[in-house]
Amino acid sequence: MAQNVVTNVATKDGAGRALGVGPDVARQLLRDMMLIRRFEEKAAEAYALGKIGGFLHLSIGEEAVAAGATSVLRPNDYAISTYREHGHCLAKGSDPRRVMAELFGRRDGLSKGKGGSMHLFDRSRNFLGGHAIVGAHLPLATGVGFAIKYQGGDQVVVCYFGDGAVPEGEFHESMNLAALWKLPVIYLCENNRYAMGTSLERALAETEIWKFGRAYNMACEPVDGMDVLAIREVVGRAVERARAERAPTLIEARTYRYRGHSMRDPAGAVYRTKEEVEREKLRDPIGLFRNRVTRAGVLTAADLRALEKDVNDLVDEAVVFADASPEPPVEWLLADVFKED
Amino acid sequence: MAVMTYREALNQALREEMHRDDRVFLIGEEVGLYEGAYKVTQGLLKEFGSKRVVDTPIAESGFTGVGIGAAMIGLRPVVEMMTFNFALLALDQIVNSAAKMYYMSGGQYHIPIVIRGPGGPAHQLAAQHSQSMESYFYHVPGLKVVRPSTPADAKGLLKSSIRDDNPVIFIESETLYAMKGEVPEDPDFLIPLGQAIVRREGTDVTVVAYMGMMYRALEAAEELATEGISVEIVDPRTLRPMDTDTIVGSVRKTHRAVVVEAGAGFAGMGSEIAAFITEQAFDDLDAPVERVTGASAPMPYARNLERAKMPSKEKIIEAIRNVCDAGGS
Repeated sequence: MAQNVVTNVATKDGAGRALGVGPDVARQLLRDMMLIRRFEEKAAEAYALGKIGGFLHLSIGEEAVAAGATSVLRPNDYAISTYREHGHCLAKGSDPRRVMAELFGRRDGLSKGKGGSMHLFDRSRNFLGGHAIVGAHLPLATGVGFAIKYQGGDQVVVCYFGDGAVPEGEFHESMNLAALWKLPVIYLCENNRYAMGTSLERALAETEIWKFGRAYNMACEPVDGMDVLAIREVVGRAVERARAERAPTLIEARTYRYRGHSMRDPAGAVYRTKEEVEREKLRDPIGLFRNRVTRAGVLTAADLRALEKDVNDLVDEAVVFADASPEPPVEWLLADVFKED
Repeated sequence: MAVMTYREALNQALREEMHRDDRVFLIGEEVGLYEGAYKVTQGLLKEFGSKRVVDTPIAESGFTGVGIGAAMIGLRPVVEMMTFNFALLALDQIVNSAAKMYYMSGGQYHIPIVIRGPGGPAHQLAAQHSQSMESYFYHVPGLKVVRPSTPADAKGLLKSSIRDDNPVIFIESETLYAMKGEVPEDPDFLIPLGQAIVRREGTDVTVVAYMGMMYRALEAAEELATEGISVEIVDPRTLRPMDTDTIVGSVRKTHRAVVVEAGAGFAGMGSEIAAFITEQAFDDLDAPVERVTGASAPMPYARNLERAKMPSKEKIIEAIRNVCDAGGS
């Protein structure tokens, strides 16, 4: 019987207190969060210029979840995500140039320009895709967990999804199957409080999402989704549980997206107040963590400047690369429909 | 060769492929302990154990997604739908996940999965358990769709489907499970997907039909033979990819075509077959292609209404006479 693990991870901050991670990890966490934010800011600009089409869903404000969770994974562990997946893909180590080229619909994109923003896949990083039917990738993650166990491996799979997937039947089918069969899946809900424009309160009879784990005898806990170290700790526990016991965990990371649902809802202003957005920005995951690492003396102001420059250069390169990459040849239209022998 | 039922042929195909490749596993409702609602998986739990014969709760979307996810990282699942009527609960997984994964990942993740089970009209099972389901699937780029009419085809096509690297929708029939026929026992006996077969040779008219309708067409052909009308019957076996060459080749010979399908006709298999015959062999036709289809109504329960809903031998004979009467050869 799986245990219900409920932990309140308070952010015990303050000068002189040990950060709990050394400079390498701190740098990696900060770098990933800054890269994701810078990348998406540039993507928003490119969208405004018409270089990116269709839907573009940004995760600005939510970067700590991807960075913190990925930091406790091994390279051969799997991750699978939704249509708001740029951050998860970048954190998993995908080349920002190829991610941007995919957003631009170019031949050097991760998915050869056939997937776009919502369908980033990177086999070389065991990144199993962006999936754009809400809830539908939870059974896929469950199947990946099933296959890991079948193959006798000790990998885990992290499945990112939003609060909007929780009312879907596939969430509940997946919870049940993973707990029933003891699969190494970490269901990591990024609760940003709005499914498009529908708030949690208007969608769920139980708004404490982590508690659904109890119904399925699954370990479950909430975590501050703006605190990258807290996420690292909670996901780290879940990863250990998955590796050692082959047992799943449901984690609810309480986070917030500053931007609208997509670029077609730029401000997200109809269903929430400006004051709310401004209030949430006060607990910005990057700003908070920058302060913590400098106050703890783990990284210096010079380190941060260097990091910022590296990240900006990387993203600038990604845009140049994407711009220069040709459109996919028309002959590719009918390629990859079926795998030939 | 051995004589066995259609059900036993499927069972043998599963057993042989599970012996051949340990990445192959079965998953679905009642496939293990209960040995299959229609006993297709009989004995397999005992032989292969619960790791490879996986009973699931009633959660079609969930366990179909599990199969697809497992296929993404290297397994080769065979998902049983207790009946294909329930596959509609998993339609999103089949259409949006399985069929498109290879394409939208730019060729990185292929999905070698077979989704199999009985479908099509059965006996007095009424609207929700007796219907032709293939049209929901063969429309989708990225899916292969198989409808095997004989025990030998059931075995040879299922084995090919399991070895295929793409998602295959394999729809059997409750009404054929007990049918007996000769089946090759060679473990490498395969029937390639996408190959039609001429079930009966004839010279006056081509009838295209599969599953139960194919047998009804054979009865019609025997009856018409006594009047001197020679009917050729082509069974497509795989609906997608479809062997248009064999069908068009037959029409070029007979100059007339009738398509029989159990499903409601509108935008059905007959529409597609009539369209490509017309596109590819218009000048060879002596008469417009005729379709004999199920009535455009849900399946009724009452025996007489159910009979009226389905294409009958008489309706098939009438259609064949129509095309033979129209124009000269």
